[in-house]
Amino acid sequence: MEAFTTHTGRAVPLRRSNVDTDQIIPAHWLKKVTRDGFEDGLFEAWRKDEKFILNQPEREGATVLVAGPDFGTGSSREHAVWALQNYGFKAVISSRFADIFRGNSLKNGLLTVVLDQKIVDALQELTEKDPEAEITVDLEAREVRAEGITASFELDENSRWRLLNGLDDISITLQSEDDIAAYEAKRPSFKPRTLQV
Amino acid sequence: MGRTLAEKVWDDHVVRRAEGEPDLLFIDLHLLHEVTSPQAFDGLRKSGRQVRRLDLTIATEDHNTPTLDIDKPIADPVSRVQLETLRKNAAEFGVRLHPLGDVEQGVVHVVGPQLGLTQPGMTVVCGDSHTSTHGAFGGLAFGIGTSQVEHVLATQTLPLVRPKTMAITVNGELPDGVTAKDLILAIIARIGTGGGQGYVLEYRGSAIEKLSMEARMTICNMSIEAGARAGMIAPDQTTFDYLEGRPHAPKGEDWDAAVAYWKTLKTDEDAEFDAEVVIEAAELSPFVTWGTNPGQGAPLSAHVPDPASYEDASERLAAEKALEYMGLEAGQPLRSIKVDTVFVGSCTNGRIEDLRAAAELVKGRKVADGVRMLVVPGSARVGLQAVSEGLDVVFKEAGAEWRHAGCSMCLGMNPDQLAPGERSASTSNRNFEGRQGKGGRTHLVSPQVAAATAVLGHLASPADLSDAPAAAGV
Ligand code: SF4
Repeated sequence: MEAFTTHTGRAVPLRRSNVDTDQIIPAHWLKKVTRDGFEDGLFEAWRKDEKFILNQPEREGATVLVAGPDFGTGSSREHAVWALQNYGFKAVISSRFADIFRGNSLKNGLLTVVLDQKIVDALQELTEKDPEAEITVDLEAREVRAEGITASFELDENSRWRLLNGLDDISITLQSEDDIAAYEAKRPSFKPRTLQV
Repeated sequence: MGRTLAEKVWDDHVVRRAEGEPDLLFIDLHLLHEVTSPQAFDGLRKSGRQVRRLDLTIATEDHNTPTLDIDKPIADPVSRVQLETLRKNAAEFGVRLHPLGDVEQGVVHVVGPQLGLTQPGMTVVCGDSHTSTHGAFGGLAFGIGTSQVEHVLATQTLPLVRPKTMAITVNGELPDGVTAKDLILAIIARIGTGGGQGYVLEYRGSAIEKLSMEARMTICNMSIEAGARAGMIAPDQTTFDYLEGRPHAPKGEDWDAAVAYWKTLKTDEDAEFDAEVVIEAAELSPFVTWGTNPGQGAPLSAHVPDPASYEDASERLAAEKALEYMGLEAGQPLRSIKVDTVFVGSCTNGRIEDLRAAAELVKGRKVADGVRMLVVPGSARVGLQAVSEGLDVVFKEAGAEWRHAGCSMCLGMNPDQLAPGERSASTSNRNFEGRQGKGGRTHLVSPQVAAATAVLGHLASPADLSDAPAAAGV
């Protein structure tokens, strides 16, 4: 996983609430067996409409998505995160994320930032008016900055540390091998097994 | 202070706990399917890791599988690659797999419980959000992303932050003709698609205690549609009776030890939930969705709402967009909505009781002209059971299509899809735009409403069938 310290980029304001993962990446894209190449599937249905914000030439190269509340609801597909990343997004800002989506994003180094709806509104207004306006997402200072706006955000210390250092969860967990083995040794015999061993 | 059911199960699975870090939880059962596992196996391969506990892992094929001609090669090359990838991965790593055509194949959330692999007090995960289904047995069961699938494969654990708990107490008794599906749709409409976020929901109260295991699974299945990762119901005699004698249920002394433990799995009297919602079962009636998220629902007797009636601006906008997509007018009676297709199936309502309920209503009747009805058992075993009871014949005689097990029309990944603009009444769990096929319009309903709708051609409840027994009263 790539480390995330601070990022500055132009934004895409997405004024929709309840954007579910079926909208972020439709199911037929889930047939791929790799983690890349999902950029063309991102918001596929909406992108057929040439007025859709992602299709506007001035949004090209934008890296921060400023979304409406309840972003990432629905299916647990991690492909939604990969699609956003493959497209070039580094951070998503919303007042509320669905749990699984949030977990997936932080595991992949896509920073999901929770801000008050008022601030999200202000960021959307700013970037709607001025497509050149940049947003800085500073994980070290836990702060989002844009012209006339400074807002701090929360992120638990553990997730922050992993993101800042780009650490992979599995290697961290494997350091607890002894604890896992000790737990396994005392599991009750009535717990089911899928195979005879 | 006492603990809630969720807290007890959580505490029993903590492998490691340290200040300021997520708890490391042990996972008792890991279910796999073809869609969310390829990249996880790839990750293992790249880092030279093995599956730590093959004996706690099981895979099945469901999302991409066709429900017709299953003995022929799969037509869609991309789906075929995904299924072949799972078969290769299972063979290479030694994972137990039930492929298409196997008697234990089916939707992953139907297969686990039916084998008796899902038991009270367990932690169950799967790269699929409807893993919440398994919470019906009183375990912690939740969907995970592909990175977490890889993590569980490699370590049989997951680092997780303890969720908050919410009690959803359903008092009284569901009126006749009102099902678990109507109840969960009403709960989601009440608390919203984000209402359960950050919580494990515990469904309790007398109405829940009276439900069968299958109905409990329907409820827990849709917890995710309320934003919660998991839903659970305390195990009781209904749970034990369902499990006893299943292939993977404990036997002999193990059974006694298990039951003794399972009996401790209930929320203590003095435990406190972080939130509580109370529902009176008697006030409920058949419930359907009119919009494009599962929270946009109303009693069947109601009308399509007017977006202008929403105070919240983003809800108003969402309702406007939904009506436009669904091709509906504000104020239109829900019963006047005509459908093209009826789908009975999925991990929400594709179990034997669901098929029996639908069959009972279409028996001796005909599916309306111009309507196609698809009946898809949730698993191959459910299909066999239905055939042994003659339900397939009942459906076919009524003019419905009887199919092989799989996710089918629950999502547009296999050949069973809606055409653009086509409208369905579906017993599945998601009415998102395009979920059942590009441009398809979905109304979520119970199997009973689905069957009545198929016969009448418009959204309807069993009581609307002209020759319905008078007692139905809904
Ligand atoms: S039946 Fe539908 S919800 Fe259930 S696992 Fe299959 S696709 Fe997912």
